[in-house]
Amino acid sequence: MSFLTMTNLEKLFGQNRVVKDFSLSVEKGEFISLLGPSGCGKTTVLRMVAGFESPTAGGITIDGKDVTGLKANSRNIGMMFQAYALFPNMTVADNVAFGLKVKGAPRAERDARVAEMLALIGLEDLGARFPFQLSGGQQQRVALARALAPRPSVLLLDEPLSALDAKVRVSLRNQIRQIQQDLGITTIFVTHDQEEAMSISDRIVVMNGGVADQVGAPFEIYNRPRTKFVANFVGTLNTFEVEVTDPTTGRVTLAGQGLSLPNAPLAAHVGEKLSVALRPEALRLGRLPDAEALLTAKVTDVNFMGSVIRLKADLAGAAVSLDTFNRPDTPPPVVGSEVEVSLSGRDFILLQA
Amino acid sequence: MPKQPGGQRLRLPLEWLGILPFLIFAMLFLIMPTMKIVIGAFQTADGSFTLQNLIDLNTDSIRSAYWTSLKLSFVTALLGCAIGFAMAAAVVFGGIPKGVRNPLVTFSGVASNFAGVPLAFAFIATLGPVGLVTVWLRTEFGINLRAMGFNLLSFWGLVITYLFFQIPLMILIIIPALDGLKREWREAAAVLGATGAQYWRMVALPILFPSLLGTFALLFANAFGAVATAFALTGPQLNIVPIKLFAQIRGDVLGNPNLGYALAFGMIVITALANFLYIWLRVRSERWLK
Repeated sequence: MSFLTMTNLEKLFGQNRVVKDFSLSVEKGEFISLLGPSGCGKTTVLRMVAGFESPTAGGITIDGKDVTGLKANSRNIGMMFQAYALFPNMTVADNVAFGLKVKGAPRAERDARVAEMLALIGLEDLGARFPFQLSGGQQQRVALARALAPRPSVLLLDEPLSALDAKVRVSLRNQIRQIQQDLGITTIFVTHDQEEAMSISDRIVVMNGGVADQVGAPFEIYNRPRTKFVANFVGTLNTFEVEVTDPTTGRVTLAGQGLSLPNAPLAAHVGEKLSVALRPEALRLGRLPDAEALLTAKVTDVNFMGSVIRLKADLAGAAVSLDTFNRPDTPPPVVGSEVEVSLSGRDFILLQA
Repeated sequence: MPKQPGGQRLRLPLEWLGILPFLIFAMLFLIMPTMKIVIGAFQTADGSFTLQNLIDLNTDSIRSAYWTSLKLSFVTALLGCAIGFAMAAAVVFGGIPKGVRNPLVTFSGVASNFAGVPLAFAFIATLGPVGLVTVWLRTEFGINLRAMGFNLLSFWGLVITYLFFQIPLMILIIIPALDGLKREWREAAAVLGATGAQYWRMVALPILFPSLLGTFALLFANAFGAVATAFALTGPQLNIVPIKLFAQIRGDVLGNPNLGYALAFGMIVITALANFLYIWLRVRSERWLK
């Protein structure tokens, strides 16, 4: 049995059903991200696990114990909030010790645990400071130490990186992941940032309209999106219409060039138009020997992003993005120029509605 | 272009113009009267220096008046804070329908300024010896307030009357402070295992302490200086400082304005001491603020 299970969770606010028949099993030590746009229900799911919201239907178990009706203070859960939520009237050390103090842990045990936690987050010297004397990143690290100090069975992260600047966000997310793996703590992370979710998670749950559209490893979610929503929400996507020429072998044509789609045979008939998608990195500049098709595109925009150059171009009647690695000896194409683009049928993603 | 020596023109500081009316008002009706009181407390009727006025404060009657005033102010501030806090907390956190909040705040705005003769009359008409509530309780339930020892024209009668404006004042001031308590603090405490009582004792009340202290000081001063309600309700029979002071300065033949100044000077000293205590406590409790 999984360590944390959510079974057929439903949540209604008035007449508005924000979570619909949501089920998920999380293994011990797993790092799961709930990813989706605002209002998709991801935070509500997290708050039901924390005990701040009661499910309208369904149940939650942690380590085999049904916690659905338990109050938040009886669930042994650690949580980080978007706005840090450190107690402003307490020092860093007192904040970290809070969970142990309310549970009646002796002073010596509290002090030892606080020292251990502050060392874990690398803020050993800041125990006597108040939250207002810390930067945002430091405050969030203290919030992590505070959440971990009482040795919770599950760690919940409610968009903890959203309020931080880009550089601190990357460094803190790596630190969170490292600590999570070191401690082996089961973690649920809520975010609307797909790059963040992909870089940190064992599995991602992409949520849309209160339901889980797809659950899978980051590689699977990115490369094998099951729905149009997942494909569009996770990463950049170029969509095309292709015409089926032979459903049994998965042959289609795009701008007059033949291609074989993956997962043949196709559930379509000859002449049917299908919606397919390609990631920007699957459109490759130049004439490549393994390409199935070679098309000409007109460059409309060039974004130099360092190691990667992202081009915008008109290709087969569609406005597309394509990524190419920077090469110091080859300057990027200029706007208005025509370039050859190689593509292969195996890179196409066949989209469901 | 070379700078002309001494050529800088005097510029009227226009940015101060906006607060000029307030400065004039404060000078005319706060600072100058206060100076007049302080100087008058050390003068005889013919204007010469004396300490006799302060020495004259040390009589049984005046000591008793100060003590009663301090008790009255302390009790009404304490009860006003406690009851007002409970009501405000019920409105902000208690799950009371949202439609209650705005009417309560509006009523509090009116009631906190409802004092003097109208308030005294309202209480005499309801809780006086033949007041509406007094008679209703006696005829309908056989409860005789007077026989039970309650007298509106007494210390506790005045406490109840003062609470009519003290509680709304507390509600008005403390609701924004309660709104400032972040939901995440309560949730973080809960998820760390704290009970509701532990959250209030260890997080919410320490955060609110400066606001509570400030409101208590304001309510204390509000009651300490109130004269119109007390005089309209009890006349000269209740021995509190504002009534004693009023008797000295209203201009009849028994009055001694310089003793009145000394009484007022005593009130200023007590209020100043209360404020120093408040500031000291506040600074101690706000170490965690920027």
